[in-house]
Amino acid sequence: MSDNFFDFGADALLLAGLNGKNWRLEDYVARGGYRALKKILANPGHWTSDQVIAEIKLSMLRGRGGAGFPTGMKWSFMPKDAPVKYIVCNADEGEPGTFKDRDLLRYNPHLVLEGMIIAGYAMGCRRGYMYVHGEIWEVYERCEEAVAEARMANLLGNHILGSSFSFDIFNHHGFGAYVCGEETSLLESLEGKKGRPRYKPPFPANVGLYGKPTTINNVETLANVPFIVDKGGQWFLDLNGTMAGGTKIFSISGDVARPGNYEFPLGIPFSKLLLKAGGMRDGLGLKAVIPGGSSAPVLPAAVMLETNLDYDSIAKAGSMMGSGAVIIMNETRCMVRSLLRLAEFYHEESCGQCTPCREGTGWLVRVLHRIEHGEGRAEDIDLLDDIARNISGRTICALGDAAAMPIRSFLKHFRDEFVYHIEHRSCQVADYV
Amino acid sequence: MSDEIMDKSDWLNLEINGQAVRMPPGSTVMEAAASLKIYIPHFCYHKKLSLAANCRMCLVEVEKIPKPVPACATVISEGMKVKTRGKTALAAQQAVMEFLLINHPLDCPICDQGGECQLQDLAFGYGKGTSQFSEEKRVVVGKDLGALVSAAEMSRCIQCTRCTRFAEEIGGAMELGMVNRGDRAEVVPFIGETYDSEISGNVIDLCPVGALTSKPFRYHARSWELIKRQSVSPHDALGSNLVMHVKRDKVVRVMPQYNETINECWLADRDRFSYEALNSETRLTKPLIKKDGKLIEAEWQEALPLAAARLKNIIEREGADALGALISPHATIEEIGLFTRLVRSLGCENIDSRLRQRDFSADDQLQEATWLGMPIVAVNDLRAMLFIGSFLRFDHPLLAVRVRQAAKRGAKISSLHAQRADWRLPITQEIITSPSQMAASLAQIVSAAQRATNKNKILPKVLRGIEPSPEATTIANDLLAHHEHAAIFVGTFAQQHENAFLLRGLAQLLAELTGATLGILPDAANSVGAQLLNARPKNGGLNARTMFEKARKAYIMFNVEFEDLAQGAQVAQAATQADCVVAFSAFYPQGNNAILPDIVLPITPFSETSGTLMNMEGRAQSFRAVIPPLGAARPGWQILVTLSRLFGQVIDEDTPEAVRVAFLPDDAAIHAHLSNTMEKIDIVLPPPIVLDQNTFERCAAIPAYSMDALVRRAASLQKTPLAAAPTLRIRTDDAEKMKLSVNHHVRIRSQGAASEKMALCIDDTLAKGTVRVDAAHDSTNMLVGVSGVITLEICHD
Repeated sequence: MSDNFFDFGADALLLAGLNGKNWRLEDYVARGGYRALKKILANPGHWTSDQVIAEIKLSMLRGRGGAGFPTGMKWSFMPKDAPVKYIVCNADEGEPGTFKDRDLLRYNPHLVLEGMIIAGYAMGCRRGYMYVHGEIWEVYERCEEAVAEARMANLLGNHILGSSFSFDIFNHHGFGAYVCGEETSLLESLEGKKGRPRYKPPFPANVGLYGKPTTINNVETLANVPFIVDKGGQWFLDLNGTMAGGTKIFSISGDVARPGNYEFPLGIPFSKLLLKAGGMRDGLGLKAVIPGGSSAPVLPAAVMLETNLDYDSIAKAGSMMGSGAVIIMNETRCMVRSLLRLAEFYHEESCGQCTPCREGTGWLVRVLHRIEHGEGRAEDIDLLDDIARNISGRTICALGDAAAMPIRSFLKHFRDEFVYHIEHRSCQVADYV
Repeated sequence: MSDEIMDKSDWLNLEINGQAVRMPPGSTVMEAAASLKIYIPHFCYHKKLSLAANCRMCLVEVEKIPKPVPACATVISEGMKVKTRGKTALAAQQAVMEFLLINHPLDCPICDQGGECQLQDLAFGYGKGTSQFSEEKRVVVGKDLGALVSAAEMSRCIQCTRCTRFAEEIGGAMELGMVNRGDRAEVVPFIGETYDSEISGNVIDLCPVGALTSKPFRYHARSWELIKRQSVSPHDALGSNLVMHVKRDKVVRVMPQYNETINECWLADRDRFSYEALNSETRLTKPLIKKDGKLIEAEWQEALPLAAARLKNIIEREGADALGALISPHATIEEIGLFTRLVRSLGCENIDSRLRQRDFSADDQLQEATWLGMPIVAVNDLRAMLFIGSFLRFDHPLLAVRVRQAAKRGAKISSLHAQRADWRLPITQEIITSPSQMAASLAQIVSAAQRATNKNKILPKVLRGIEPSPEATTIANDLLAHHEHAAIFVGTFAQQHENAFLLRGLAQLLAELTGATLGILPDAANSVGAQLLNARPKNGGLNARTMFEKARKAYIMFNVEFEDLAQGAQVAQAATQADCVVAFSAFYPQGNNAILPDIVLPITPFSETSGTLMNMEGRAQSFRAVIPPLGAARPGWQILVTLSRLFGQVIDEDTPEAVRVAFLPDDAAIHAHLSNTMEKIDIVLPPPIVLDQNTFERCAAIPAYSMDALVRRAASLQKTPLAAAPTLRIRTDDAEKMKLSVNHHVRIRSQGAASEKMALCIDDTLAKGTVRVDAAHDSTNMLVGVSGVITLEICHD
């Protein structure tokens, strides 16, 4: 990915004014950073924790990690009277196609820290953890530097900026397990255990990190918080015409001319986004799009070109917003091979805890491998569908659903290619070189 | 609890498969179904383990919830409607079964679990006849978990994690774990390690498939060939309930009989695997008579009259006081009753069953039998416990399980010992001191309790003015804070200690000051029963120590071997010099220092006799023979009846029931005679021992697999690390004092006796000046007692 993502997106909020080098505290403050925090701490009588949460609720900010849960509501689940509570920033960005959190933390880390501090203030936490994906080491180091800067400036630590509010952030890095992006698995890993999702209930808001109430938010979600506090929830909601406020960073990858991170108000038409990304690479035709990261159902070009990129529109089109990773596939892409590649990922990353996902992901790979290599059988398509159906909705965490979703959508929209593969023992499309 | 007194007002109503049920809040669908006797298929769920909800076999439908939910982890709510066999539920269960089977080898015909396999059973109910899976199955390399648990066929594992949860939650250590992700996940021990827990065998029962099987049992029988009979474990004082699996008059396997109030659903490894000794080649099938220094097989008609005649002869010549009679505290009530009656009828008071004890100073005031001081289940509810001189994990493995669960719920556990406790549970406070100073440290706790309570109870003069250490104060405060749910337990090391009664006296004072219950942890399966039946000298008779210090002309030993006695070399000498030694034993004498009796009468072990054992809570548990006697061996009670008749006694009891009735008091009488309180407590604190360069204080355990004749001959148990020959364990600074290194071999000398040459290992968990050299082993059994001063000698050969 290129580093000059900051050229794109005139309506940018989170990525505005970044040049790749201006990530330090002084740069952030020059951009107006920590204004929201100072505003709160200067007037705690007005900015009670309830007031902060009310503002977030008003903004209709929805979680940017993939599930799209309303952030304000999530914060309000935290028990008020618990003496020890935690806020955890989920920077374990592992969803194939997604690379927005990496760049946010790399180029604008203090924005996320400020969001976390405000979140800590709103939920009455004294401690936050930043869990950084293990395969982006330089981002972990960047977070360490940023936290050190914030501590030096008394933006973290005891009595922040002379107020009665004390809060600190600790960075932690994983070792690259995709499943640790699942929030309870992340907590297990943070506690030093093997990253395996916990059975819910109890939910983290009641029993989270070290058994204490915990809220886990995505990097981009938290990055929006300072803007909401600074400019108001209504302003944030009005940034776009949809039912959810704010902008969204879209990580565009695949067969486009200029892949990278693009920030636009939610609701931008897909066709517009494609244009902004330079259109299709080499002028080839658009075949399919996975609009929300590898776990989101694939959609054919015709559907996508009519769709706006916001939570409700994408859902209506039959997929999901997910993490905002838009994977573009051109007309030469073999859908069998693409699905095999996806299935291999989920097979590799299944934690192995519960039966349907552990056994099912491996089975899917074997069947797809067979089809891809000209050994498919007529009954295999039904078998794939059957396996996927038997995984989804029956596992402890959403990884099982994530593994099943691509299978069912690929079969739904591109069944012909699978049939062709099985009948002709070869590929329908010429391989793109 | 009866229905009348239970408050059910907050219970919730729900419906399962149309049947209404009322359950307490917090119950799960699985529990509610169980109460209706509705079976929900499952693998990972186990009521004694944490919820994993990972097998997904128990998926059921709940009205208003779109997806099927796991019954094991779903908490009930008011008005809930559950269907366990609806279309959705059944489809989910069948799908899970299909997933479980795709990588399972389906090698049932050659699998040891075949016929008693949960996966096999449920596959019949939920599996399809054919498989849609045609690829190669996963292969998982077998693991070496040691001598007891076989993990040779780990391809069969369905990753339910029962074993890993057991190891961590019940065993207290993460000795097993899951490595790798996805379908590459596998159960492993630590690299290069085996699974060495003292309760490891339970994972065999827990494993729902044939991945973990019993190494000694596997391939010996099919489950349907086995006859299952109940029995009671004759090892430690818990009295675990057993199911003995018999094939053609041979015990081939032992499994737990579920008893929530005793062993729950667990067994210690020695309960489970000691059966191998029953079939050992060293079992006696005929009486033995010593001729020219050798034991020669003989007939009963010869041996029994000869035994009677020779004993009569000695009594006539030297008087009955020339006899010494010892009976194992592992013997049954019936055997002990007949034995003590016979010996006393001969006019002899030199009777004892406290074979490992050294201190008998308070014998004159012992009227009652000592015991746990409470029911076993009460340990679960204790909030504070002090253990004095206990090797808890190895002396009482399943009591340790209960203590561990209590600790998990926040109970404060403290220990006073010569070595840091390795109990695999969180210890709140420990005082580690040399054995001779344990009394002084205990006195500090007593003093701390006195200061905290300001009770006007007059402390013995010697205890006044003792300044308690902060640790002693913490322990006293913990006991006081939870006095209604606090206990002080005197362990086996403290009871076998040279100052056993001093420690007990101090423990009693502490209990009186704090309000804690005093418990004495019995060291054998029938220690409580033996005391109750007065298997100890009265009216000035000689005890287990003095009858060797003052050598007798003849000894009668019932199920007693050299390793069972604390008096070491003195025993060897007395037995050699005696005119006659009559032994009742199930086994041929073994070991370099074995006593070679003049006559050996072959008794049967617990599997081949009726009997009764009284456990640590004073509960008498009777059992019957599960197989007929081997060869000409006979139940001890029968031999004792016949021998008594040969002495001219009129014996009315001809059946095991009659013998039991004759000797076993009723429950009320038992409980009237259980007491840990001594009337008069003499406190004289011993002066500190001055050690020179090569002298140390000894601390010895009776290793778990040395405790009785059976476990000493259980082949597989003897292959485990817990049965390894004792080494000299010494602190770094003490080793430096003698310039010892781990390459040295040493010998221990004390009271004129010496140990064999042994290896040395550094162990900094010991108190300063203390070395650990375990007892009851061939290489150390000439040494006297479990504590005292020893001299260390470097072996240069």
